[in-house]
Amino acid sequence: MTDGDLILNCENIVMDYDGFKALNNCNFRVQYNELRVVIGPNGAGKTTLLDVICGKTTPTSGKILFGKGINLVGKNAEDITKLGVGRKFQAPSVYGNLSVWQNLDLSIKRPSKGVFPTLMGRSSPAERARIEETLETIGLSPHAHDRAGSLSHGQKQWLEIGMVILQEPSLLLVDEPVAGMSDKETEQTGRLLTSLSEKQAIVVIEHDMDFVRQIAKIVTVLAEGTVICEGTVEAVQADDHVREIYLGRAKVAH
Amino acid sequence: MRRGFVPFSKIVIVLFLLILSQGTAVAEQPLTSEVAAVAAAPIEQALRDITSEDAAVRSAAAALLIAQGDASLLPTLDAIRAEADRATRQAIKPVIDLLKNHANLTSAQSDTRRSAAADLVGTGHPEAIIWLEEAAAKEPVWWVKYTMEESAQLLRLRADAHAVRVGAVKKLGELRSQNGLSALKELVEAGVQSGATDEQRALADAAHASIGQIDMWSWWAGAIETLFRGISLSSILLMMSLGLAIVFGLMGVINMAHGELMMVGAYATFVTQQAFVGWVSPELFDWYFPAALPVAFLAAAAFGWVLEATVIRFLYGRLLETLLATWGVSLILMQAARVYFGDLTAVIAPQALRGGAQVMVGVYLPYNRIFIILLSIVCVLGIYFLLFRSNLGIRVRSVTQNRNMSACLGIPTRKVDSYTFAFASGLAGIAGWALTMVGNVDPGLGQNYIVDAFMVVVTGGVGKLAGTIWASLGIGGLNKLIEPVSGAVYGKVFILVGVILFLQWRPQGLFAAKGRNADA
Amino acid sequence: MPEHERVRPDSRETLSLYLVGLVLLVVLPTLNVLPAEDSWLHLSDFRLNQFGKFLAFAILALGLDLIWGYCGVLSMGQGVFFGLGAYCMGMYLALQIGAESVYGSELPDFMVWTQVKELPLFWYPFKSFWGGFLGAILVPVLFATLFGFLAFRSRIKGVYFAIITQALAFAAWLVFNRNETRLGGTNGLTDFKQLLGYRLSDPSTQRGLYIITVLALGAAYLFCRWIVASRAGKVLIAIRDSESRVTFSGYTPWMYKLFVFVVSAGLAGLAGMLYVPQVGIITPAQIGVLPSLEVVIWVAVGGRGTLIGAVLGAVAVNYGRSVLTNYFPEAWPFILGGLFVVVVTMFPDGLLGMIRKVTARKQAPAPVIKAEGRTAA
Repeated sequence: MTDGDLILNCENIVMDYDGFKALNNCNFRVQYNELRVVIGPNGAGKTTLLDVICGKTTPTSGKILFGKGINLVGKNAEDITKLGVGRKFQAPSVYGNLSVWQNLDLSIKRPSKGVFPTLMGRSSPAERARIEETLETIGLSPHAHDRAGSLSHGQKQWLEIGMVILQEPSLLLVDEPVAGMSDKETEQTGRLLTSLSEKQAIVVIEHDMDFVRQIAKIVTVLAEGTVICEGTVEAVQADDHVREIYLGRAKVAH
Repeated sequence: MRRGFVPFSKIVIVLFLLILSQGTAVAEQPLTSEVAAVAAAPIEQALRDITSEDAAVRSAAAALLIAQGDASLLPTLDAIRAEADRATRQAIKPVIDLLKNHANLTSAQSDTRRSAAADLVGTGHPEAIIWLEEAAAKEPVWWVKYTMEESAQLLRLRADAHAVRVGAVKKLGELRSQNGLSALKELVEAGVQSGATDEQRALADAAHASIGQIDMWSWWAGAIETLFRGISLSSILLMMSLGLAIVFGLMGVINMAHGELMMVGAYATFVTQQAFVGWVSPELFDWYFPAALPVAFLAAAAFGWVLEATVIRFLYGRLLETLLATWGVSLILMQAARVYFGDLTAVIAPQALRGGAQVMVGVYLPYNRIFIILLSIVCVLGIYFLLFRSNLGIRVRSVTQNRNMSACLGIPTRKVDSYTFAFASGLAGIAGWALTMVGNVDPGLGQNYIVDAFMVVVTGGVGKLAGTIWASLGIGGLNKLIEPVSGAVYGKVFILVGVILFLQWRPQGLFAAKGRNADA
Repeated sequence: MPEHERVRPDSRETLSLYLVGLVLLVVLPTLNVLPAEDSWLHLSDFRLNQFGKFLAFAILALGLDLIWGYCGVLSMGQGVFFGLGAYCMGMYLALQIGAESVYGSELPDFMVWTQVKELPLFWYPFKSFWGGFLGAILVPVLFATLFGFLAFRSRIKGVYFAIITQALAFAAWLVFNRNETRLGGTNGLTDFKQLLGYRLSDPSTQRGLYIITVLALGAAYLFCRWIVASRAGKVLIAIRDSESRVTFSGYTPWMYKLFVFVVSAGLAGLAGMLYVPQVGIITPAQIGVLPSLEVVIWVAVGGRGTLIGAVLGAVAVNYGRSVLTNYFPEAWPFILGGLFVVVVTMFPDGLLGMIRKVTARKQAPAPVIKAEGRTAA
């Protein structure tokens, strides 16, 4: 594996919250077009890892190289978004008072998102087609003009995924996408993520091991702020160290 | 300053003659009644002479009375003065002043002793130097003693002997005498005039050095007083912001009516005072103030409890809404106070909080301010123990961190909410109680401080006790620091600009909450 | 623009808008001019003038609604921008008094009392009408740009911003009260005589001002509606709903807040400019903390997040006030305070929300902003 294949290379990340190290010398690499799943017990630093990558928080030390060697540390969230990092949050985060269509319309990738272009801008036919297409993908076409706030929990999750897709990120960070979804919805989500990974790199945080097995090729196990193991689902589940710190603490995995 | 009506130079001349002729015996020994009895005859003669037509005779008699008389002559002198003509009255007045002040130097009241010492300077009578020095030697209160020494030196400054005057100039400098400043400046001016003698120039040099010492000292004294005023304002702000910070930080409520709860505390104090005036004997009047403390606390807490139960409970989690609703409440409370109590009522401070302490030369600290500073310290400690060392505090903090989990653990979250809010309101009541000591009780009481108090909360950061303390010290101190330079109004403007610029640097305030939910 | 892409303009809403415009612009002035004075149809000069004042306030309310109702940023300093606009126009009017002043001096009267011998330099631009007119818009806009830049760039949000703007109102009030700012101190600017040669005491001038105010309100309303209907308007709502999500959609929220804050300041300045010649006085009392908050209550009563609500609220509350203070002068603060409490706790969508709720059963869901997600921290 050469560095040229990497879309994301986190080196020695430390995130120190007043003495509590949420991330402790964390090294984490993702290749282009890879679907990576990150698992780990509660408080392992999974969400914090996504936060430092997407610019929600700034790490205490370390380097995060993205794409062709751009260091993301110190950049603000909107610039990182413009560089091509998309983020879906754990709790669905959509604009409740806008319609589903408007939610998607705001998220779509555009050359400028400054005040005046946005004030004057009108959606082009191509953009509308993209939105229609995405609505199909996330199964919300019938709800296009409903208030997003009136959607069910699972629908909001999908809407947010749709919003992130429309940003056309080259790296997609997804935090617990299937929490609160039915089995059928979970499966659909899995298929969606897998198909997306053909075009972009995706990092998924998940607890649901069935889901992990469905989508994952390579799994990274995080514990106490560091990567302790990386490999296929089977390999990881067979790892003694992982069993000890992960399965011993919380019986999430089967 | 009282000045004798008799020409100053004459008195000085006559007195010097007298001192020389009588030797030092009389002056050195205390004027006991025995001595007075021996000297009875000349005194009676002098009492007659003082009404003489001849100015010289009058002066001589006055001088003799001053040198040999004592306070027992005062009634006689007063009687003479009442009937005398203008010339005699002029002759008698310095005699009365001197004798009275001399007697007062040994008064039981330290204030009387001090003002006597200060008044003796005005008489310009060199005899008083010895009285003052004797009194100073026995004086137990440093501040009175200081005034006596200062007065003695001020009188020495008017002596003829060059060496004495130079000594006095130096001594005044050492004493950092504020009262000697004008006399010293005159000496400096006299020294730079073209026809000045060598002696005058020497005096001017010495005076110049002394003025330097005094100025330096008064700069420091001014700085200390400014600091004190700043701390005093800070502690008022602190007491107010503590309650605000508790409900903001722990409960997520912006209480704009906090100032009016403070006003409730102040009016409760006023009402208690009126009750004491009506029903309690006057000797016990001063006890109204301690009695008003629980009244103020409970009254404000009760208002707070009702406010929480009727308005705020519907608005948890909606910060801006709490701000607006409580603003409405504050308008109502203010208008209610205005209609019921009228615009201006004041509370009479108890004896113990009147006046102040002279802690060092040029620094006078009023007791009421000291009281407020101490009270704010007590409040901080009280809150610290309540929140971090008591069962109630653990419950409050657990509800703050995770309401649902706390409810599952059997903590009555609703009750915790209302108690916390009532307690914070009670704190405002205590602040209002204390504020009656430094200002009027009026409906706008809360409004005077609320903007600054919110600035403190914003600057300090949410939910951090230490942030609130530092921010109130900073804002209170800055306010008083800027005030003398640019006036109170621009002081406020500077503070606002300062806070905005500060927030550029630290958007979350001094002590930002950290962690992954920091900006949730 | 395809149908589904914008807020569906309720056809009834549009119709009622035209109707209201017609009444304000044609019917009321006609009722003022045509019927005989004792006729029950006659609208007195006083009433028309008063109504003009309310409509100026409605422009102020529109601005606040834009930033608070749509973007969720509560500005408690709108009175400052209103005051800046009003003072700019007031300075022009004060210089128009000229030789008619009490002392017959070219300088405004208060300068004569306070022994100001020469016109201060910053008064010079206001010698011309265009100076006053442009100043009334540009001064608040520039000031808001500076203040907003500092506040929003450092991510001062929610109540922090509200408190800072309140402090701004307080500080501005203090400063305008000072004599050395050369703005008339506590007494403000008053005793105006003429505007562009028209006598202000003349009813026809006041009628003209009223009509100009109606037109300005209409323009302001359409301008705001344009902003709200644009994609940027959606971003504003999005910021209110979830600011961090907006950031992760690639927008820079503070720029949008700054933009809408500046627009609201400009509208406030316009309102102040129209207010002064109609009321004939501007004092620091219009700038302080309470007047700034009253704007908030107008919008809250009318229904925040709806432009009509802001206009409705401003007119309704002010009308109520003028009636009530006539009969029960002491009761107004109680009522105002009560309004704050009741509206905020029980009717978060205001009058318009109530009306919509009643009519909603018969109609398709109207774009009423629901209370959800309105937490701001």
